[in-house]
Formats: sequence, structure tokens, C-alpha cells
Amino acid sequence: MNLAGQWHYAMQIMPSLLSGVQMTLSIFIFTLIGAIPLGIIVGLGRASHFKPLKDLLGIYVWIMRGTPLLLQLIVVFYGLPIIGIVFQRYNAALFAFIINYAAYFAEIFRGGLQSIDRGQYESARVLRLTYWQTIRKIVLPQVMKIVLPSIGNEVINLVKDSSLVYVIGLGDLLRAGNVATSRDVTLLPLLLVGIIYLLLTAVLTFIQQRVENHYSYFK
Amino acid sequence: MLELKQVSKRYGRKTILNDFNLTVNQGEILAIVGPSGAGKTTLLRCISGLERIDSGEIQLDGKPFDPYINRDNDSVTGVVFQDFQLFPNLNVLENITLAPMLALKKDKDAARKQALDLLKRLGLDGKEQLYPYQLSGGQKQRVALARALAMQPRILCYDEPTSALDPDLRQEVEKMILGLKADGMTQLVVTHDLDFAKQIADNIKRVEAL
Repeated sequence: MNLAGQWHYAMQIMPSLLSGVQMTLSIFIFTLIGAIPLGIIVGLGRASHFKPLKDLLGIYVWIMRGTPLLLQLIVVFYGLPIIGIVFQRYNAALFAFIINYAAYFAEIFRGGLQSIDRGQYESARVLRLTYWQTIRKIVLPQVMKIVLPSIGNEVINLVKDSSLVYVIGLGDLLRAGNVATSRDVTLLPLLLVGIIYLLLTAVLTFIQQRVENHYSYFK
Repeated sequence: MLELKQVSKRYGRKTILNDFNLTVNQGEILAIVGPSGAGKTTLLRCISGLERIDSGEIQLDGKPFDPYINRDNDSVTGVVFQDFQLFPNLNVLENITLAPMLALKKDKDAARKQALDLLKRLGLDGKEQLYPYQLSGGQKQRVALARALAMQPRILCYDEPTSALDPDLRQEVEKMILGLKADGMTQLVVTHDLDFAKQIADNIKRVEAL
């Protein structure tokens, strides 16, 4: 194929790649919406002094980080129906991603929370703020600033990890490229897939910088 | 008037305060002096409700008073910490108005006006938009003081107010504390600096390590 032919072919497969992007982005966005708040809550629990809760959440984090996400997807979609819990494919993917990423986020937040000086809680306490007021107004803004670089790492990982949903039969960007590559016996679709991932990551890197700048007003 | 009657505090098997008695009269400055490890800070933490006493009684105007559970009543104690513990994510004005707005339910304008008055009185006008990292140690301390005063406490406690500052700022701190005394504020100052205590205090209570 000459260059014009390649271009023509790329345009031909682009719609199917873009619909794959839709799936990738939808998994990505909804996982973040679910996993970040859940991660904060689990992180608070992990940083608490209530041992049973701490231990229980420790086991959860251990399982989530200690087994492959691919395996977790399979268990949620094919395994849970055995005990009567049936998810749609897409919901199964989201559920698995959210509980997996929440565990990673929780560990990041725990580290951030534990790096806040105990004196901050005490000075809030003598000023008669409640626990949640202290967390919301004083602790979390400081934790956010500390954890942003690590969160950014996980967020970029998530874009690429979302390609694992192929295992339960969902069509994402990588799968769309794979299908075209094996059908048309050319690597061009996968090259395009790589470029699209890079573009997505570039956008996220830009957003991450903006958010980090937003938190640069204090030290 | 704040009284401690035979107050004891232990951490595990280590006794920090044993049958400790103390009286702070209205409007006076009481300095608590003693070597490090004598329990001065622990005492202050018990009075401000950060630690629970193991036995004995704290009385406020002759009535029993437990600072540890006194969370929702009037502000009794304000604390200026040794390392100030300003909130780094909030500017000077927000540091001062946060608690009056959240805990005393003051509206924003009233809290703001009160904070600006306090800042002016403490020589910090024009600094309200700065963040703690932009302030010197002495300025941080005055912001911490303004923050404590904004809660209108009946007794103001200082933990080692001179130790985190340059020696030449000691007189500034003296002036500040005596200025508040002139306004009728009851103050309790924990310090290891006996000279400083003699300069400011009406009464000095010595504590020794047990």
C-alpha cells in the first residue's frame, strides 16, 4: 500500500477505533468517579486507630493488590454468578476496576494522611472543629497536594489497564485495533492505537500539571 | 477562675502529674515553669482537653468541668502551640475565621471583621492574604494568637511561647502577653525560661519531674 492507501485505510478503521476509545474513556472516567472517593474513605479507615477496621481493610487491600486485575475481572463476571451475583458485562468491568483501583488509591491516601502532623488535628480540636470539618477543611487539602503525583501515576495506569476488559468480551480501543490487525494483516491499526493512547496520556499529563499548579499556592 | 485539684495523669506506668494542684485567677497570668520532662506540656494538654486526666478534678468558677468532653459548650481555653500549627492550606484570614464560622456559626462578614480587628491589634494588618509559609516565626505566632482569640476563650494557654523564636523576639512576646492582660485576659504560660516567667507572671508555679 502506498501512503495515500495507508491514509485511506486508517480513515476506514478510525470509526471502529473511536468507538473503542468511547469504551476506554467510559471505563476510565467512571472508575475514577467511583474509586477516588472510595479510596479516600478506605484510606481514612486504614489510617484510623480502630484496629478491627484497619485489619479488615488491610485484607481487602492485600487481595486487591495481590492478585492480577485480569483475574479479578474474570472472577467478578464469571465467578460471582455462581453465588447468585450477576453483573452485566460493563457493570462487572466497572465494579472490578473500582474496587481494584480504590485499593491502590487508599494506600496512597493513607500515606498522605499519615504524613499530616498530629498537631494539625490537635489545633483543630482546640478550635472545636468536628472530625469531619477537620478532615474536609484542613487535612484533605493538604493530603491532596501530597498525593497528586502518585495519583497521577495511577490515573495514567488506569487508561492502559482499561484494555483488560477484553477478557469479559467488552470492545475497547486495544481490542478494536487487534480485530483490525488480525482481519487485515497489517500492524497499522495497532500503531494508531498506540498513538491514541499517547494522546490520551498527554491530555491527562496536562490536566495533572494544571491540578498540581492549582495546589501550589501553599507549602 | 480555673482550679486543678489533685489531678493525676499517667501514660502507661509512667506518672506525669501526681496530685497536682493549681489555681488560675481571673485576669492574671500564671506561669508554669520547670525542666523538660516535668509534665508542663502534659498539664496544658489536660487543661485544653487534648488529654483526659486519670484522677482529680478540674473546676471552673467552682463548678466541676471536664475539658476533655467539653466540646460543645462555650470556649473555655484557647491554645497557642509551641510550633503554632497554623493551617498551611489557608491564608491568614481564613486561619482565623475558619473556627468562628464552623464552630460558633458566625456569619462570614462578622468573622472577617473580627479577624481584621484582631490582626490590626496584633500589628498584622495587610497580612491577611498571606499564607503561613510566607510569614516569619513571630508573625506566625501572632496569627496563632489571633486564631485562638477569635474563639473568645476565657483562658489563653501558651506552650513555650519563646522557644521557637529568636531571642530578641522575647520582648515582643512579653509585650503581647502583657497587652492582653491589660484587656483582662486570663493567661497560662508554660515555659522553661524562668527569667521570662518572672517578667510576665503574677504567679509562678514550679513543676518538677517525678
